[in-house]
Amino acid sequence: MSLDKETVKTIAFLARVRVPDDQLEGLAGELSAILGWITQLGEVDTSDVEPMTSVATIAQHHRTDVVTDGRRRDAVLANAPHAIDDYYALPKVVE
Amino acid sequence: MSTLRSLSIAAARDGLARRDFSAVELVEAHLEAIEAAGDLNAYITVTADVARARAAAADDRRRQKETRGDLDGIPIAIKDLFCTEGVRTTAGSHILDGFVPPYESTVSAKLRDAGAVMLGKTNLDEFAMGSSNVTSHFGAVKNPWGPRDGKDLVPGGSSGGSAAAVAARLCLAATGTDTGGSIRQPASFCGIVGMKPTYGRCSRWGIVAFASSLDQAGPMTRSVQDAAIMLQEMAGYDDRDSTSAPIEVGALEQAAVAGDIRGLKVGIPVEYRFDGMSGEIAALWQKGIEILRARGAEVVDVSLPHTRYALATYYIIAPAEASSNLARYDGVRFGLRVKADSLDEMYEMTRGEGFGAEVRRRILIGAYVLSAGYYDAYYLKAQKVRSLIAGDFTLAFDTVDALLAPTAPSDAFAIGEKMDDPITMYLNDVFTVPTSLAGLPAISLPAGLSGRGLPLGLQIIGRPFDEATVLRIAGALEADAGFEPLPVRDDG
Repeated sequence: MSLDKETVKTIAFLARVRVPDDQLEGLAGELSAILGWITQLGEVDTSDVEPMTSVATIAQHHRTDVVTDGRRRDAVLANAPHAIDDYYALPKVVE
Repeated sequence: MSTLRSLSIAAARDGLARRDFSAVELVEAHLEAIEAAGDLNAYITVTADVARARAAAADDRRRQKETRGDLDGIPIAIKDLFCTEGVRTTAGSHILDGFVPPYESTVSAKLRDAGAVMLGKTNLDEFAMGSSNVTSHFGAVKNPWGPRDGKDLVPGGSSGGSAAAVAARLCLAATGTDTGGSIRQPASFCGIVGMKPTYGRCSRWGIVAFASSLDQAGPMTRSVQDAAIMLQEMAGYDDRDSTSAPIEVGALEQAAVAGDIRGLKVGIPVEYRFDGMSGEIAALWQKGIEILRARGAEVVDVSLPHTRYALATYYIIAPAEASSNLARYDGVRFGLRVKADSLDEMYEMTRGEGFGAEVRRRILIGAYVLSAGYYDAYYLKAQKVRSLIAGDFTLAFDTVDALLAPTAPSDAFAIGEKMDDPITMYLNDVFTVPTSLAGLPAISLPAGLSGRGLPLGLQIIGRPFDEATVLRIAGALEADAGFEPLPVRDDG
């Protein structure tokens, strides 16, 4: 498995991580090596195996449907980059 | 005073009860030492004011003949992956710049409510991704056992700051988190005890997420008994974590000090004896086997046939979950934001600048293995192999009560080593990752020294939710291993 610079650039865009052009080559090499290494799982016969989707073998239970938290405006706004009155102010995220 | 700093939690608890010293004195001794040992870089944030206030409150309680239990007035450190109310939390990353949680993680809240005194937040690999603590945005941590041959050594990772702080007597104990070995491997490198409990034992609520199906908090201490005392307070059901287990923890300290392991059956996973294992690791393992036998345990070989695929499985599942978990850091609502002309560019620039090289690598691997067309070949395949790996353990535990294995394939390496190729670094986790994938409890305890005089750990792995047996065997092994802790450096 080998990734070229263009593929790395595409993955990086999908993950929204800017990678400077001069680092694409090196990163392609590293990622290809890792992918090549993990491809060894192909040797394992998993035709009759269920995927593991839960680690803890604990039955989920229902909690009472009641309000347990809220009315904490100041705490919510504490990390806001910018607040206008009681509102969390953000850059426009719907284009 | 180094004598106060060298106490176990158990001894400090008893000393506080006898009024031999106060919680404030304990805290002052540690704060002074932390300042003097700044070159280790074990702490990212020292919370001296919080510590002094909590210690004074503990002393007040005691004067009024009240106590909150074993940890009341005990100075501890918190890995900077646990959100702490009103105290900056970094996860070792640039991208969380300025983030001050308005809430407290469940585990650190339980410790706080038990009266434990937080000295500060310890350094770690960025987002807990690493085995060397070298990937922290706040710089590498030095292993207090170093230097060797003129080079500073890594403390291991990702809980490297916690391990270094415990070993250097900069706290009596610390919290860590373990995803693929991040408590146990640094414990081995720094000559301390580190325990990863069963997945589900400690609530993950309020811990910055790395790989949610693997992350688990645990104690890092200087004795098995102390690990039991810490875990007793950290563990427990929490309805804010849907994977938290409503299963009784039991009396852990009693198990840790019991010493009697007669009749227990301990398995030696034959697949862990891989070609090229260093002679001193093999010898240490043999020493562990002999101690357990002498104590009346039965030691037998067991097979975990899918062991060799554990690392590759882990390095698909963990990055996949990480890429998903870390999608929340986008520069919009909190933390670092790099301004740009368009929204996509703002995301890209913020995340490009905010994440370090290792985190970036894992996000990209994760995004790739989850992407359309590759999902089945990588991620689904890894989930299936994970089933096989977990199944190996289930089968082994039909015949044995616990497993004994080395913790890490070597002693601590130098800062800057193993950096050329990410896979070389990943191989550090060869003995710890399988347990993590299966969600099992495991403890690393120091059992001997390498040829260079550096600590080496052995690992006891147990059945799900059977921390008590793990601690019982570890306590017995510790008693006869004859490990001498790092001589204390008395700066104050």
